[in-house]
Amino acid sequence: MKLKEYYHSVTLRKDKCRGCTNCIKRCPTEAIRVRDGKARIIAERCIDCGECIRVCPYHAKVAVTDPLSSIERFRYRIALPAPTLYGQFKNVDDIKVILTGLKKLGFDYVYEVARGADYVTAFVKEALKDPNRKRPIISSACPAIVRLIQVRFPELIDNIVNVDSPMEIAAQLARNEFCERYGVKSEEVGVFFITPCAAKMTSIRNPVGRKESSVDGAISIQEIYGPLYSQISNLKEEDVAQMASPFGVGWANSGGACLSLGIDSYLAVDGIQNVIRVLEEIEDEKLTDLEYFEGLACPGGCVGGPLTVENGFVAKNRIRKLSEKARGRPVSEDELREVAQKIQWRLDEKILPKPVMKLDDDIVEAMKKMETIESIYESLPGLDCGSCGSPSCRTLAEDIVRGYASEMDCVFKLREKVKQLAQEMIELSEKIPGGRKETEGQE
Amino acid sequence: MAGGYYSIEQVFHIKAGDFASAGEASSQIKKTLKQLGIDSTLVRRVTIAAYEAEMNLIIHSIGGELKLKVTPQSIIVTAEDKGPGIPDIDLAMQEGYSTAPEIARELGFGAGMGLPNIKRNADRLNIQSKVGEGTLLEIYFDIKAR
Ligand SMILES: Nc1ncnc2c1ncn2[C@@H]1O[C@H](COP(=O)(O)OP(=O)(O)O)[C@@H](O)[C@H]1O
Ligand code: SF4
Ligand SMILES: [Mg+2]
Repeated sequence: MKLKEYYHSVTLRKDKCRGCTNCIKRCPTEAIRVRDGKARIIAERCIDCGECIRVCPYHAKVAVTDPLSSIERFRYRIALPAPTLYGQFKNVDDIKVILTGLKKLGFDYVYEVARGADYVTAFVKEALKDPNRKRPIISSACPAIVRLIQVRFPELIDNIVNVDSPMEIAAQLARNEFCERYGVKSEEVGVFFITPCAAKMTSIRNPVGRKESSVDGAISIQEIYGPLYSQISNLKEEDVAQMASPFGVGWANSGGACLSLGIDSYLAVDGIQNVIRVLEEIEDEKLTDLEYFEGLACPGGCVGGPLTVENGFVAKNRIRKLSEKARGRPVSEDELREVAQKIQWRLDEKILPKPVMKLDDDIVEAMKKMETIESIYESLPGLDCGSCGSPSCRTLAEDIVRGYASEMDCVFKLREKVKQLAQEMIELSEKIPGGRKETEGQE
Repeated sequence: MAGGYYSIEQVFHIKAGDFASAGEASSQIKKTLKQLGIDSTLVRRVTIAAYEAEMNLIIHSIGGELKLKVTPQSIIVTAEDKGPGIPDIDLAMQEGYSTAPEIARELGFGAGMGLPNIKRNADRLNIQSKVGEGTLLEIYFDIKAR
């Protein structure tokens, strides 16, 4: 249980880390410190958004995902391509080409997560009809944002729509379909998500809102890009049907989910810092009349995911063009009712707050710590230079009080101390009889 | 009740017309309360009230102080200024009543919902005001034992 709770896809490659301040400054949950010259991730705080992967100039932050060879563990393999995958390839003007390429790579069945998104859209439309739900209803699609809410915005947990992500819904539908069609046992089938990000990998190992994921592993787009590219280049004909609707494919782009809902009063925000700013306003009830909020951690949406290959802006445009040609229809009410019986589409488990910013469980203790933090902070230079390994002077003060750092980690404090020591040395040497003479003699 | 009298205070100086810093004090208050482990619904109520009080200091007063005081049993937000004062408090408390100047309205303020919003979120509210002397707003919240 403990292990599971702290599983993270985002990890540090210690050998590559040079101990600079790039990642500590950008982490949205202040989860990284540099100690002893190397970055460290505070597991309870990390939300696997992948900001540090993006900003590290030495590629020392990586996402652990499964190698392509891991599909061999299973007799039958299903690929679940994120719609983002479609935008990665030049000169591909039909999604079918990519789906067929995946089959040639050794998958027995391919099911589009974009089709899963079509179902999610239909379920969320139902949820929007319920006037008793807290507004705005917040999308559950980006696992980094769900975790961000647990850590920084617990008051908004009840706003998260209780419909699971396109990936989980697609996984169950794919498995059911495949097992039924070919008379295969579920244990023999491995379902693999082709992922643009670390957050999805983490949500497979350690889901929020459901007990266990229906997905068996995640292969990054970066890992599969090369092999898939060669398959696509040599393809003679396409034999996989394309099922997702234009709307489902559009989920790869920020705002795609909102567009599929066909509502007026929505807000789609991408980039984790932007999402934080808007969540603050939602929490303070400054954005009233908002029906639906889609927040995606990556710039531009999943097309900007840290494990993608193509430039996010280029990919975004391709997704737009490919989605226009998508053949699938939106999910009908009958179809939805049928599917709702067969799969676990709700987030059944309670999403719990993770108040890691809290200083102490006991309020008096927390108050005492707060006061100490204030007085330490007053004594620091206020430059937020990051040399101490904490993202700002205030966080250093917090770290000192939490017992993770000392005042001498501040280079300015250290310099002061050294100066003072040097002064004491001089004073001391002056007191030693003959000490002064000796130095004079040497000159 | 050990530590029952323990308290901490934070004081923010608010300048009249300083829209560039609008909301900074109340967002610091929110951060402090989250760090103290205050229940998230209560944090939200205090933040909303503190924000409205902060904005009133910026829009309507000649400047003043916003203060947060936390004890293990209660949270008190005070907003104090030295003028111009509110001539008719009952009127000011009414929903939709506002004397906000044009510049504030252009920025989307002046809906006349600030004071009613403060009252709605607070457990108790005390307003004292004298024209020419200033306004004192004391907003009380109880921290309920878990
Ligand atoms: N600190 C203050 N000093 C003077 N007048 C104030 C102060 N706070 C509120 N008022 C008066 O009370 C009215 C109502 O305040 P409020 O409900 O916050 O609405 P709004 O700020 O939108 O005008 C204000 O328009 C103003 O006339
Ligand atoms: S925006 Fe998409 S790619 Fe980025 S973390 Fe969220 S789910 Fe993953
Ligand atoms: Mg007001």
